[in-house]
Amino acid sequence: MSFANTLRCRECGRHYPLEPMYVCEFCFGPLEVMYDYEGLRKHLSRRRIETGPLTIWRYRDLLPVDGEPVDIGAGFTPLLPAPRLGKALGLKRLYIKNDCVNPTWSFKDRVVSVAATKAREFSFRTLACASTGNLANSVAAHAARAGLEALVFIPADLEQGKIVGSAIYGPTLVAVQGSYDDVNRLCSELAERYPWAFVNINIRPYYAEGSKTLGYEVCEQLGWRIPDHCIVPVASGSLFTKIYKGMKELAWLGLVEWRRPRMSAAQALGCSPVVEAWERRSYDIRPQRPNTIAKSLAIGNPADGYYALRVINETGGYGVAVTDEEIIEGIKLLAETEGIFSETAGGVVVASLKRLATQGLISREETVVAFITGAGLKTQEAVVEALAAPVLIEPTIASFEEAMAQRQKALSTSRR
Amino acid sequence: MAKQRVKFTFPPHLVQEPIIWRLGKNFNVVTNIRRADVTEDRGWVILELEGDLEEIEKGVRWVEEQGVRVDPVPGDILEG
Ligand SMILES: Cc1ncc(COP(=O)(O)O)c(C=O)c1O
Ligand SMILES: [Zn+2]
Repeated sequence: MSFANTLRCRECGRHYPLEPMYVCEFCFGPLEVMYDYEGLRKHLSRRRIETGPLTIWRYRDLLPVDGEPVDIGAGFTPLLPAPRLGKALGLKRLYIKNDCVNPTWSFKDRVVSVAATKAREFSFRTLACASTGNLANSVAAHAARAGLEALVFIPADLEQGKIVGSAIYGPTLVAVQGSYDDVNRLCSELAERYPWAFVNINIRPYYAEGSKTLGYEVCEQLGWRIPDHCIVPVASGSLFTKIYKGMKELAWLGLVEWRRPRMSAAQALGCSPVVEAWERRSYDIRPQRPNTIAKSLAIGNPADGYYALRVINETGGYGVAVTDEEIIEGIKLLAETEGIFSETAGGVVVASLKRLATQGLISREETVVAFITGAGLKTQEAVVEALAAPVLIEPTIASFEEAMAQRQKALSTSRR
Repeated sequence: MAKQRVKFTFPPHLVQEPIIWRLGKNFNVVTNIRRADVTEDRGWVILELEGDLEEIEKGVRWVEEQGVRVDPVPGDILEG
């Protein structure tokens, strides 16, 4: 049995049993999983976690599941010191949490692994989602592993590359002709009508808990310590708030010493409703119509935006919004300094980090963790035009040496 | 009869307009407000609409035409 005991409304505090539901029947507020922390405190130790599997399931006691996990190996991704990027930005203790290396190449495997486990536990036969990419890939893969039907709704104008990363696992892919708002309205109505496990609708409270594992891992990998500053990409705001919740839980349970990490939210300027509200010093989020290359972060009316704002303000963090040009530069900077090719969301994080460092809002000595949440091969279109073309030569030494000499010349003039 | 949970977000120039009242009056839709946050120049309301599906859809379209943003309750559903 897990230590989860109820769902609680985040607005009015009413409690509900652990069922596939996501809004409070009274006030329509979002529901969140609650745990028996007293029981957990007695049961859990660093050692118990350290001897667990090298996946998110080493934190199983802190997740709301009873059944056998649907596990394709999500989590326990590397936390890498990033001295070269740190040097470029003037930071001495910078780390990259590299969540590109999950089974479907984004952090969504953490949330979907929990959602798929829960769906099977609730005896659903179909796992569903509405997505523009990362979530779709992960849902299709986990459904395959679990032996569940997968039903994935995508906007009809999605790029080919993103479709392949889902289609390979054999889901039913439904391309919806219409705007994002149309897809959303359709899926929220379908979720009411059909007995499917919609990972980010009726399974959302459980699904969202999977993101806490990013917070746990970073602390464990730092030697059971909370970092000084976290830079996290924000779309709905769920990941951001759950990383913080994970760190707080470890402190409540006595597994780390409590110190408040600054939580900074990174968004693309073309879709930055959370940062825009933060800059106005308001909790009132104004929905936006997204227009950015960072498609994975393009949520104009973020479900957890208000809670994300609370976390920024409570921790003394910052909101940063960066342009598409800065995002591309950020992707390149991370790749060229640390050998990690991230998708646009990672470019948003690196560019935001650069902004904060340049403005002196992060001190040199702080332990900073940049959360890189998805891999770059998925969003090649974003960078392809910004890269140098290969040097084309004849198969002769003379041709090679001439080309190198020309390249040297070009480099030295461009540096001057 | 159908029920639909929706969130209306009002831009500044519409906050003072009785849009929800007109929705209930001009369409055969019962409006039931569950939660709201309205300030002088901005606001949102979460409510349940009850009526024939077609009538709800017509009503919601009319609300959108007035310049109000209408979303499903869990916020954006489409994820990255
Ligand atoms: C790569 C990547 N990073 C970050 C996010 C942000 O997640 P959230 O919606 O929880 O804020 C998403 C998803 O939407 C994503 O695909
Ligand atoms: Zn409630």
